[in-house]
Amino acid sequence: MRFTLNGETRDASSPPMSRLLDVLREEFGLTGTKEGCGEGECGACTVLVDGAPVCSCLVPLVQVEAASVQTIEGLGDDHPLQHEFMNEVGAQCGICTPGMIMAALSLDEHPTLDDIKVALAGNLCRCTGYAAIYRAIMKAKSQ
Amino acid sequence: MTRWVGASVPRKDGIGKATGQARYADDLVFPGMLHGRTVRSTVPRGRVRSIRLDFDASGFTIVDFRDVPGRNVCDLIEQDQPFLVERDVRHMAEPILLLAHEDRERLLSANVAIEYDAADAVFDPLRSEGVLKAIDIVKGDVDAAMGNADVIVEGTYRTGHQEHVYIEPNGVIAVPEGDGVVVYGSLQCPFYVIKALKSLLGANRHIRVVQTETGGGFGGKEEYPSMIAGHAALLALKSGRPVKIVYDRVEDMVATTKRHPSIVRHRTGVTRDGRLVAMDVEVVLDGGAYVTLSPVVLSRGCIHAAGPYRCDNTRIRGRAMFTNTPPNGAFRGFGAPQTEFAVEVHMERIAEALGMDPVTLREINALVPGDTTATGQVMHDDCSARLVLDEAVRRTDFRAKRTAYRGTNRAVGLSLFYHGAGFTGSGERTLNSKARLDLTERGVRIAVGSTEIGQGTRTMHAQIVAEALGVPYETIEVAQPDTSVVADSGPTVASRTCMVVGKILEECAAEMKARLGGLSPSEYFAKHGGFSVLKTYEPPDWIQWDDHTYRGDAYATFAWGCDVVELEMDRDTFEVRPIALTAVHEFGRPIHPALARGQIEGGTAQGMGYALLEHVVMRNGEMANAQLTNYIIPTSLDTPEFDIVMLENPYPGGPFGAKGLGELPMDGPGPAVVNALRALALDVREIPATPEHLAECALR
Repeated sequence: MRFTLNGETRDASSPPMSRLLDVLREEFGLTGTKEGCGEGECGACTVLVDGAPVCSCLVPLVQVEAASVQTIEGLGDDHPLQHEFMNEVGAQCGICTPGMIMAALSLDEHPTLDDIKVALAGNLCRCTGYAAIYRAIMKAKSQ
Repeated sequence: MTRWVGASVPRKDGIGKATGQARYADDLVFPGMLHGRTVRSTVPRGRVRSIRLDFDASGFTIVDFRDVPGRNVCDLIEQDQPFLVERDVRHMAEPILLLAHEDRERLLSANVAIEYDAADAVFDPLRSEGVLKAIDIVKGDVDAAMGNADVIVEGTYRTGHQEHVYIEPNGVIAVPEGDGVVVYGSLQCPFYVIKALKSLLGANRHIRVVQTETGGGFGGKEEYPSMIAGHAALLALKSGRPVKIVYDRVEDMVATTKRHPSIVRHRTGVTRDGRLVAMDVEVVLDGGAYVTLSPVVLSRGCIHAAGPYRCDNTRIRGRAMFTNTPPNGAFRGFGAPQTEFAVEVHMERIAEALGMDPVTLREINALVPGDTTATGQVMHDDCSARLVLDEAVRRTDFRAKRTAYRGTNRAVGLSLFYHGAGFTGSGERTLNSKARLDLTERGVRIAVGSTEIGQGTRTMHAQIVAEALGVPYETIEVAQPDTSVVADSGPTVASRTCMVVGKILEECAAEMKARLGGLSPSEYFAKHGGFSVLKTYEPPDWIQWDDHTYRGDAYATFAWGCDVVELEMDRDTFEVRPIALTAVHEFGRPIHPALARGQIEGGTAQGMGYALLEHVVMRNGEMANAQLTNYIIPTSLDTPEFDIVMLENPYPGGPFGAKGLGELPMDGPGPAVVNALRALALDVREIPATPEHLAECALR
């Protein structure tokens, strides 16, 4: 199964119905993508498939054949969202953070607060009450 | 002026979490590792008659109670909860058998048939005859004073279970090491795990516990990880290989602890002008099937049950009851959210009965310095009940809104609350916590067992040490909690990690600074080599507490809060939309304002979920909605706008004036929400106030 992973062409040998989440974590060792619920409710496993945020726990490997998959590792360590999640304490325990950042990538520049709330409505955070996450995204997206 | 304390410096763990590089338990892989699974009971009470393995057992490691080398009890307050059922089942999802295999698919598809002789189960704590713990607090003469009251108000208030929903489910890995194991896990209290495993595996066996990055705790990873660590350790010892046990969300919700449901009855005598003259309170908690931490949850609940009010005649009678449900346990607030919910809704009803404005009733009765609490603890200058109440009322224009919204679908509600910081009474003296600072070639290292679970332990401790030593924050290193390396600074619970452990670290730093004699850490190291400073916590010497009579100074200090919530309710669907929440908190002084704000915002959101959304449905002693599809926690769209106010009233017994903060925000939203709903003419006395429940209230 061939697809593009963080900009590189990769061949996966996992069975075609494997969860994309498991393929990323176990076959490719990309453990930045987290499992929180396994049923598409919490968003901790959010990755981008052809630029759109999806829950990788719900996507079978076969569905990303020839597609482009981006994970948190594909962002490197110098993205404005990453810096502002740190500076604004948008990350507390951090387990939802990679998924939050991947979901926030889909926002346009200078989003309104409502835009952000809607974009993150599928990503649960139990630590922050979301307010610091909004502050982080607002700052990153206005740079 | 302080340089590091009071500044929102970058989190020590911030960038690792934002890049996905931080390593949580499930991210770790060891050579030859097996996956572990727990086979659990499917009856709430009974006796195991037979166990049959309906699978090809080749390649499996199988463990039952006969494989326990030491004592088959999870050593906590009592020694009553087995790691593995021997014969008698006391609740659903109780661990019976452990399986491990290197192929996860084979492991999960292995079928085990267990037959039981089922017995009658008790689910209602009011029908239970098993008293797990009883506490009585008596001040003055309630019966005599009640007879002299102008008005007596009575009521019963209920709160449901609450599930922690840390987004990272529980997980541990046990790896054979020497004659024992090293356990890596998502957990709050590494030394609790040591205690439990010493009992399970034998006191002389080598045991080491390492906390991995932990994706949220909220009390849910205080005591239960000891159970999972024991299971993984048994499988690892039998197989001789590393064993990973990571729960999926369903197992985590069905099997692990939750907040205790409560039933609290109040009977209060007041004068016509609004003075509380007699408070009679009965607290019943559903403890579940084993003792776990319920005695101390009941204790904190009872101590907070009269609220932040003065009343010379108070009687609080608390009972935690056994039921055939999974044991309830630690959850942020630890009994206080339940009892403070009851007293704050009851205060609202007293105001209604007197025809008095609810703010005025609280102004008349709120504790001020010189007053005493139910346990007889005298309030000092660190008592800020009026400070937070006055500021919240002023800031939100509460009285004007209350009047303006009358007859509309919009309402405001208020709650006044407090939370004792640190262990209760003589608890901190018994704990005897220690902290250590090491001078190393890299600089200064903090070596404590206090865990980072998102709240900012590493960052806040490093700020305290940097400030006290007079060195840059960036040069302070924080050791990963590994029980073979760090000092036992006590559990990461009870809003004590800043106030208590931070205080020991401040003292360690002062001693280290004196020994450096004006040299920088690196200059000293180059000249003389490294050294360590180890210190033990010394509670304030004025604390007097009697564990038998429940009289005295329950806590070294309290933090104070007043929440005002504004909401709208749809009169047809009974859907409630919270619009804004103002939280005015006083917790001494924030060490890191952004982290402190995060604690308040996050705790308040959890409290809003507790108030409106989070409904654990129990069916035959088991959580029936054990998934995030139908156990609903607040999303971004459910969470109102927060207005957070941090008032300062430095507490001399804490580091740089800090008190405990982590649990306080959990106490306020429940009653504030219900008091707002009461202003909409609904007689609500219970949470979660779901639309279904509100519809029932409307029919009364």
